[in-house]
Formats: sequence, structure tokens, C-alpha cells
Amino acid sequence: MNRLASGITLLSAALLAASCSRKSDSVALKPTAFGAAIVESSGGKQFGQTGTSLPQPVVVQVNDPQGGAVTGALVEFAAAPGVTFDPASALTDSSGQVSTNVALGGMAGRYQITASTLDKARKKVELKIEEIALGYQQTLGRRLNEQYCDRCHNAESTAERVSNYDNLEVKPHPFTEGDTLNKLSDADLTAIITYGGPALNKSALMPAWGNTLKKADVQALIAYIRAVSDPPSRSAGPVYAKN
Amino acid sequence: MKEKLRSLWQKLFGDSMRAFGVVSLVFLASMAIAPAKNFFSEWRHYQHGYLSMIRNRSEANTLRRHFQGGIQQIWLPDLGVVDRCTSCHVGLKEPTLTDVAQQPYRKHPVIPHNLDQFGCTVCHRGQGAATTVAEAHSSTLAWEQPILPAKFVESSCGQCHRGSLPGTPQLNLGRNLLSRSGCVHCHAVKLPDGSTVKATDDPPSLSHIGDKTTRQWIYAWLKDPQAYAVTATMPNFKLSDADARDISAFLIANSAPVAGDSVTLSAKPSNDPTAGASLYGESFCASCHAVQNAAGNVVGGDVGPELTRIGSKVKPEWLQAWVRNPRVYDPPTGMPHYRFNDAQVATLTGFLLAKTDSDLLANVHLDAATPEQIAHGKRLVSDYGCASCHEIAGIKKPENFAPELSRIGSKPITQLIFLQGMQHTLPDYIAGKIKQPRAFAPGLKMPQYTFTPAQIDALTTALLSLNDRSYSLPPSLAVSAPPESDYQPAGKAGKLMTDLACFSCHRINGHGGDMAPDLTWEGSSVQREWLVQFFRNPGTLRPALIRRMPKFNLTDGEINELTDYIMTVYQSPSVDRDSMPVSGYAQGQIELGKQLYYGKYSCQGCHIVDTKTDKGYIGPTLTHVGSRLTAAWIYQWMKNPEALRPGTIEPNRAMSDEDARALTAFLISQKGGGQQEAAKK
Repeated sequence: MNRLASGITLLSAALLAASCSRKSDSVALKPTAFGAAIVESSGGKQFGQTGTSLPQPVVVQVNDPQGGAVTGALVEFAAAPGVTFDPASALTDSSGQVSTNVALGGMAGRYQITASTLDKARKKVELKIEEIALGYQQTLGRRLNEQYCDRCHNAESTAERVSNYDNLEVKPHPFTEGDTLNKLSDADLTAIITYGGPALNKSALMPAWGNTLKKADVQALIAYIRAVSDPPSRSAGPVYAKN
Repeated sequence: MKEKLRSLWQKLFGDSMRAFGVVSLVFLASMAIAPAKNFFSEWRHYQHGYLSMIRNRSEANTLRRHFQGGIQQIWLPDLGVVDRCTSCHVGLKEPTLTDVAQQPYRKHPVIPHNLDQFGCTVCHRGQGAATTVAEAHSSTLAWEQPILPAKFVESSCGQCHRGSLPGTPQLNLGRNLLSRSGCVHCHAVKLPDGSTVKATDDPPSLSHIGDKTTRQWIYAWLKDPQAYAVTATMPNFKLSDADARDISAFLIANSAPVAGDSVTLSAKPSNDPTAGASLYGESFCASCHAVQNAAGNVVGGDVGPELTRIGSKVKPEWLQAWVRNPRVYDPPTGMPHYRFNDAQVATLTGFLLAKTDSDLLANVHLDAATPEQIAHGKRLVSDYGCASCHEIAGIKKPENFAPELSRIGSKPITQLIFLQGMQHTLPDYIAGKIKQPRAFAPGLKMPQYTFTPAQIDALTTALLSLNDRSYSLPPSLAVSAPPESDYQPAGKAGKLMTDLACFSCHRINGHGGDMAPDLTWEGSSVQREWLVQFFRNPGTLRPALIRRMPKFNLTDGEINELTDYIMTVYQSPSVDRDSMPVSGYAQGQIELGKQLYYGKYSCQGCHIVDTKTDKGYIGPTLTHVGSRLTAAWIYQWMKNPEALRPGTIEPNRAMSDEDARALTAFLISQKGGGQQEAAKK
């Protein structure tokens, strides 16, 4: 009786252990080479909606001490819980790069992603990349920005949208310009958007939008401006969201 | 063993007093279970945590005053909501708790709705009545719907909001894909208001395909549509070589020629790439058609098909006829009838035919089709439901070819078969089905699409919004999409506008594309003479715009017909075109307008009236605005541009009548001045 019971217990424990180990033991990658440094190739500082995949993959490169690309080095991505990577770890390709699709967590805010690789001494070399998740309000603000603001406030032109920045006598502030915009209170930003530049003794080239945008729209725009400012604005919520 | 048990029994229940004592003790202990369970409950633990978290905050007193202990509940009988989430998520409505990193205490992000009116589970799903984390958030035996992952939360907006919303790009994209990727050709999607989701793609008819292309191309296309055009909407059916061979055999055998859809020109297709490129550019073909460049980037519009390898597809005679008048082969096509002369047709055809890819058909060797192959091809065409999307002579469009998706967002998990290693949730199932439809069982017919991960998430979001709750919500909450308009202009001018495919780019009375300006009130807006000149030679109004009105080579008669119709029919009731003169304003008023233009309203930020000093090019150039627009239109536009053209980015400046009149006087005096005169001479 006892023996049978203990037998069953052992068996079930073994089964449990087996099922557990299968879960945790996802195809382990073995690095065939080791680098000295890990650098960002592209995909940092993107804006994505909370929970969704970033528009572009994050690409990092592993280099040797001379700066040459290393093939076959293991790169692992990590971030706060809620952030997912596809894949979460991979070996660098022939150009020394690893590309991963990143979906940010459910909270709006800034997320820090850590990409790490091992060097020849098996010590971790890390790279930190920042991404920005936009919640509902910031997403709405982003759309309004693209419709009304971006053509003057963003100096960069695309094929679809030629920037008007260079044509303006008084240069508008790009919304990423945290050093300037973080010093303006929400009330000041509301005033300048609603009543135009002269409301704050600034240029009349900034028109009044108060009759075009609703109050909630103006708030959404400010939430967007706060979310993308660099350095971060404190009112953007927690820097480095936890989830 | 038995002895031991018996002595224990004796000890506990040996006499009545003992038995009474033991039973009482057991009873007392069991009585304590309920209060103990309550005392150690999760929500109490979280409420304690909240109280100790707010203790150190500067606004602690306010927060404590707002705090209510015990189980909290939002009860909304109309919505079927009994949500106790606020028992643990204590700080949801506290405006100061936006910076709290520790959950479940952070304030809810700003949304356009009040939590007390909608509760939590209407948007987030999960089990509202539960009071433990596991039961509320996860799928349990008694409750299937776990919390919706954040990336799909916009699906919940779609339960009430049937149209697109500015704050839900993911849902909008998903719905758009559902319509334009052909999903709804096979899967019916009925909405709670009784309407059905309509496809917005326009798969070509295959009844005359033999005129247009070769069997070799059809074979290559069937094997891998994206090898021909990376932007192709057609999914990959993963056909075997033999099946592709037989379907191509059937389609060619089934094709009936259309009279006049292939022509021999007086001029041979020209090989002058420079002339071809410039005619392609001048005709603004790239506004609708894309071409993949050497770097692999797809450049151009997505209204018409990609033309990267068009030369490997079409028969030259067909292309000539198509370029000359596309309506011969496909009467309802969105492609304008350009009225090119033979030399132009030859130039453009030659240019397009040079866009070939020698790899595409290099390995396609097909023997002449046998009757068995053709018969088998016909069977395959029925089996795969080709006629759900394409018109094919002799094959009926199948009804309910694929499962209806009207309530896919509430599909019980017990009815789903998951792939190995897949999380057992509905969103994962839907996304998995879109990603690799054939993996779920052998013999499935759904083809393989080439969606990006973001597109799959968007589609999943749109599908999750099609759920039981969207049907059970009070109808008063439903926000319907703006009604679809099927406006068609009448008469001769109407026919001309269809022939020129005006509606592919312009919108009139709610019908048409959004590439070019809305023309609903064009007759109130512009002066007749300008419109005639514009048709004759469409100049550019916006220097920064890459998409422009092409030149259609219209005859004077056609131009008159169109102009008369537009000037008469497309008039706004709020603008009386003749109420203000186009000249004769007092110099003082013009001068005042100029000051307002450069000063108070600083219009030069976006517009140019003087090419020497002004640089802004967001809005149209205004150097000739006085000979383009009517004064009454300018005046009303100054007063409220949004009222005349919803969605315009011109801000509403709420001008006084006086300012608006002065600006109108200034602008109407901008008639191109000396430059225009000089150009004429």
C-alpha cells in the first residue's frame, strides 16, 4: 500500500518535473562566437501604442574589439514584464546583427530594453535602448499632431509630407525638444495652442487653434508632447514603466 | 492499525460528554473559517497595501477621504455589468495617482468615457464579479473570458463605434484590412445594425483574362503572387505544380475575348525610356500605381496595382488598348480614360513593357492543356472558391463559402482547436489562424496571407470587436459609421466624370476617394474661367504636393460640359457666389487686409502671395487666388473653413466680419499681377 502510494507520488513528481522542464527549456542557443561590444543599429526611440508591436524591429549589432561585426554571438533581450520580444534571443547573422520585433507593455510611458551578449571572458555586455508607449490620449494627440502640427514643428521631410519648418521666419519648437517644452506648464501650452503664439508673447505664425480643436483634443496634444519630449517630461508618468 | 484507531475513537467519543466537547470544538473552528477567509482575502490585502502606499504621499488626506473600504462594485444592469474590479484597483479615479508604478493602484489612463458609466469588463473583459486576481483576470472553469491583452483593447471601442475613431488607429487599420484584403469575400460579417461589411478591394474579372495575359504568367502568379508584386493582395493558395497547371489551363480555356481590347497602333511601342518616364510622370500614374525601386522600396500609390514587373505580365496589344481606353476591357475600372493619342499610347506602353523580370517566367514550361486538365482546373476553381472574389464566366459565386465571422469575438474556447504550444485564448487563436491558416488541420482551404505582425494584431482587434456584447448593448449606445454614399452625377457630365474616374481621387457628396480635394461645393468656390483653364492645363496649387491632377487631354466640348455641370450643381447653400464682386475694393480695405495677412493672422506661414518674400507652402499658393476663387467663398472661408470643407487643416480664426472682409479684399486683388501678363506675352 505504502509502496504503491510512494510510487505514484514519485511518478507524478517525475511527470511534473518533466512537464515543467519542457516548458522552461525552450531551444537553448549556443553562441559560436563572442564579441566585445553591442551597439544599436536601428529601432530605438520608437513610438508605439501600448501593448502593440513597434512599427520597426529593434536591430542591434555585436562587434569585436576592433569594431568588426561578430557572427554567431548570442544576443538576449530583456525588459520589464509585459514587454515581449520575437525572438527574445538569437545568434547574430553574417553581418553581426540580430533583429527582434518588440511589443511594449500595457502602460503608457517609457520602456527600457536591455540587449546583452557575452564577451570572451563570458562577462555580460549590455546595451540599453529606450522605446515609448503611447496610451489612448497620446495616440489621439499623435494623430492630431500629424494632421495639424507636424508640418511646421517637425523639420524633417518625407516623400509624402514636405516640412514647412525651413520656410518659417521664427522657428517652431520640435515636440521632442524637452529642454524648452518641459519648462512650459500644461496651462501655458493650452494657452498657446488655444489662443496662438501671441498669448505667450510669441510669434503670430503660430495660429490659434481654439476654434478648431476641442478641449479634449488640446489635452491629447499636450499628453503627446509630454510623452515624446527628450529629456523626458516628469508629467509623462513614470519614466521606465514597470509593466 | 485497527487497534490504534479504536483507542483513538474511544478517547474522542468514548462518552457523551467527550463527544459533545469534541463536536463543539470542531463546530466552533468551522464557524471561524468564513471570517478568517474574509480577513485574509486578496482584496483586503490590496486595500491595506493601498493605504500604506498613500500614507507617504503629500495628498494623503484627500486620498484617504476618497477611500472606501470593503468590496466595491459598479452595477450597470443595462450593460450586464457587475464589476468589482475597483475593490482592488482602488486608485482608478484618483487624478494624482498617474505616477504610481505599483499596480493595482495607478489611475486609469485618460479615455473619453466615465468608468461609472461603463464599468471595466465592457472594455477589458475578464470576470467582473470575481474578487480574486486569478478569477477576475484569468480563464477559469466557470468563466471563459480572461482579461483582454492591452494590444487588443481597441476592439472594445468597436463594440459600439462602428465608424473609424481618431484615437483607435489599430481598430481602424484592422477594419480597413478586413475590407480591403478580401476577407469578407468568403467570410460574411454582419453587424448588429443589420448591415454587412463590404469588400473594398476590386478583384479583377477572370472571364476575359486570356486577352490580357498568358497562361505562363497565370501559373507563376498562382504559385506565388508576391513574387510578381510584393504588394499583391492575392494570398498564396500553396498550390501544387499540377494544380496551378490545371487552373491556368481552365482559366485560359474559359476566357472569352472582348471586342476591341487589343489594338494595333499606327506607332510601334516606343523604346524611348526618357519620353516614357516623363509621360508616366506627367500623367501622375504614380499617384495610384507603385513601382519597387532598386533598393526594394515600393514607391507610389496603392489605388491601382503595382507595376514593377508589368512587362512580364501583359500582352502588348492588350496594354495598348488598356492605356488608350481602359473602359473597353473593364467598364467600372477606377482607372481614368486619359484620351492619349497614338504616339502617347506607344510611348507609355513601351515604357511599361520594359518593366520585366526575366526570373519570373524562366522556369515555367507548360505543355498544351488536355481536356482532363481543364476539367480538373474547373473543379479546383470551385473547390478553392476562386469565384468568391473573382468573376469567372460559368462559375457561380459560392454562398457562405467560409464560416461567418459576425460573432467571432465571442467564440467559446471549447469550440476551438489550438495548435501545439499555443496559448489557449481567443486572441491567440484568431491571430494564429491569420498567421498560418493551413497549420490547423490538413485539407484547410484558407490561403496564406503576407500580413506583418502589426497587421495581424490589427485584424485580430477588428475581429474581436465582432462579439455578443456588441449585439446585447443598448442600441442607444451604438455610434453608427457615416452612411456610405453611392452618389452618381447625372447626365452627360456624369458619364464624363465616370469615364475620367474623378471619384477615384475626389469626393463629392460623400462618395469617392480622399487623394484630392472634396468637390462638393466646387461651383461656389471657383471662378468659371479658372476652371476651364485648369481642365485645359492643370497647374499646381500646392508646390509641396507630389500628387496632382493629371492632364486628360479633354476637348473644348468636354471641358464646357464639365464646367457647366460643376458650376451649376456643386453649389453650397451657404455661399452666394454673386453676393460679392471679384474686383473694385477700396485701396484702404485692401491695405488693411494686407496688414492682417502679414500681422495678426500671419497667413504667410502657410501661404504665398508674394513669391519674393513669402515661403510657406502648406496651403495652396495664393498669387493668383483673385482669379481662381470667388470673393464670397473667400469671405465664408475666412469666417469658418471647417463649415465649407470638413477636415480642412486651415484653422478657424473666428474672424470679425470686418477682418474677413478686409482679407477678402486683399486676397481677391491677387490676380497674378505682372508675372501673368508677362507670361501671356
